[in-house]
Amino acid sequence: MRRYIVGRLLLMIPTLVGVAILTFVIMRAVPGDIVALKYAGSPVPQSVIDEERQLLGLDKPLWEQFVVWMGDIARFDLGTSLWTGNSVVDEIQVRFPLSLELAFLATLLAIAIALPLGVLAAVRQDSWVDYAIRVFSIGGLAMPSFWIGILMILTTLTLWGWAPPLVFTPFTEDPVANLAQLILPAIAVGYRYSAVSMRMTRSTVLEVLREDYVRTARAKGLRETVVVMRHALRNALLPVVTVISLEFAFLIGGLVVTEQVFNLNGIGKLLVDAVAHRDYTLIQAIVLLLAAVFVLINFLVDMVYVVLDPRIRYS
Amino acid sequence: MTDLARHAPAEADDIARQRFMESTGNRRFWRFWRDFLTQRPLGTAGAVLIILMLLAAAFAGLIAPYEKAVEINFADLLLPPSPDHILGTDHLGRDVFVRIVYGSRTALLVGFTASFVGCTLGLVLGVVGAYFGGRADQLIQRLMDVLISFPLIVIAIAVVAALGTGEDKIGNVIAAITVPIIPRVARVVRSSALSIVNMPYIEATRSVGSGAVRIMFRHVVPNVFAPYLIMLTAFLAQAILLEASLSFLGLGVFEPTPSWGLMLRGAGTQFLEQAPWIAIAPGVAISLAVFGFNLFGDSLRDALDPRLRTA
Repeated sequence: MRRYIVGRLLLMIPTLVGVAILTFVIMRAVPGDIVALKYAGSPVPQSVIDEERQLLGLDKPLWEQFVVWMGDIARFDLGTSLWTGNSVVDEIQVRFPLSLELAFLATLLAIAIALPLGVLAAVRQDSWVDYAIRVFSIGGLAMPSFWIGILMILTTLTLWGWAPPLVFTPFTEDPVANLAQLILPAIAVGYRYSAVSMRMTRSTVLEVLREDYVRTARAKGLRETVVVMRHALRNALLPVVTVISLEFAFLIGGLVVTEQVFNLNGIGKLLVDAVAHRDYTLIQAIVLLLAAVFVLINFLVDMVYVVLDPRIRYS
Repeated sequence: MTDLARHAPAEADDIARQRFMESTGNRRFWRFWRDFLTQRPLGTAGAVLIILMLLAAAFAGLIAPYEKAVEINFADLLLPPSPDHILGTDHLGRDVFVRIVYGSRTALLVGFTASFVGCTLGLVLGVVGAYFGGRADQLIQRLMDVLISFPLIVIAIAVVAALGTGEDKIGNVIAAITVPIIPRVARVVRSSALSIVNMPYIEATRSVGSGAVRIMFRHVVPNVFAPYLIMLTAFLAQAILLEASLSFLGLGVFEPTPSWGLMLRGAGTQFLEQAPWIAIAPGVAISLAVFGFNLFGDSLRDALDPRLRTA
């Protein structure tokens, strides 16, 4: 097992290198360079353009730029933001806790919605409860999370004249103010995130409920709750966990748009602002970071499999 | 998941393939759709929504001239819904309903092009990889692995940022949405194609002297067409959603082009208390469109490939 973990961790390196190469290629493969693009149509003297090119190292040959960039990444030096002039690492560090907490809350909410409702829909298959839950989950798939966010703000505004606070308070300082700000965005992201997992829970539980061991468990006279919770759900969890990890991409997507709706100063908003300001160092760094997080999550999920299903032994 | 599928995966596979192959014959084609419409009410509901959207896009000109959707009219700012403007007007005095009708063109153009190009490139890459195997396959696979490690919207934003955004850069938006679709389709197609390329009939075709291209397009592609079609509808929904998200972020379609996501940007949030109708109607349009394609795609999958789990 330890060898497997080490092996998987080592395998992540080529993927991450690939991610870095691709990020580099996407940002550089455009006709004309990014500085020309940034100042397209604005009367900026050539000297400024040349200066910025030099700052970015764009005057060097492409392979040299790449080697330098990779070397910097290896030393966790992601460069200086063109827009704010601060170190990119600092810019990201300030925003990271908020996005992380939002992601955590949304995942928690998604699981808290998806598992019970999915199981309930399966147990009451083809009843009105089942249909209601399925419509609810399809709604989550169809409604964009930023629109859900807008609707929630609209509702709280008209009903109670209340809108979430705009200033971020760390959880450790004032948990209530912190949650007041983050709970609505977490629901907006979590609802969408829960939809697919809910449908997956329903179909795998349905499948497992027809297994022989479930019939045996019932024949033994176990209470239905025990049968469903201990025998069915536990065995149905594996595909659900897979879906949760696959849907993690949606979580990140949800973060990007929801932070915009609720005006939260997180990584997603930073990315959008960076694009708006044509701050290519910052864009590159955030894209790289989010992809790296995604790769890491997938690895962690594979580890969760082992906990959930003792039959799985990686070697 | 039906019992049949669980106990006899091989037969179910054959049935699915047969059913689909049958559906390509002309008379059988109609029978497939007749069965689809009569036996799958949800899929039919999805199809109705899709057809409504297509009609709106095609006959938008009959409802109002395009100028109504883009021209600023300071006399009618933020009017609530009324018989003249059934969904009210926005902060520039444009009729919200007319903009939604024309917005369906943008959504369909971006959604269909991105999904079609992305799925087709994915199909080609998947089939080529599965057919040739070896180093070519390895290379494609690794590239797809890397592409897939970028969350959908993140790579779309990166592509948009690199290509540039602007008033008439709708092609860049389409490209940005196409890129993340390719690897996801290539993976699924490859795994379906792998089981095909080793079938005896492929060997037989090769032995009568068919070239690689002919085998791939005449014999492998038709057999992976079912997953291709399913993904085409699924990614159409995704692409519409992605276009809305990008436009909402200000990284997609630009004013004055009518786009549902764009309508929710700015005005939708800025005048939320004053004019909630601006924020509600475009969201309903996005949701119904995505809902329609999802329902239709799900039912299509059930009809074509009963083995697949519904998730």
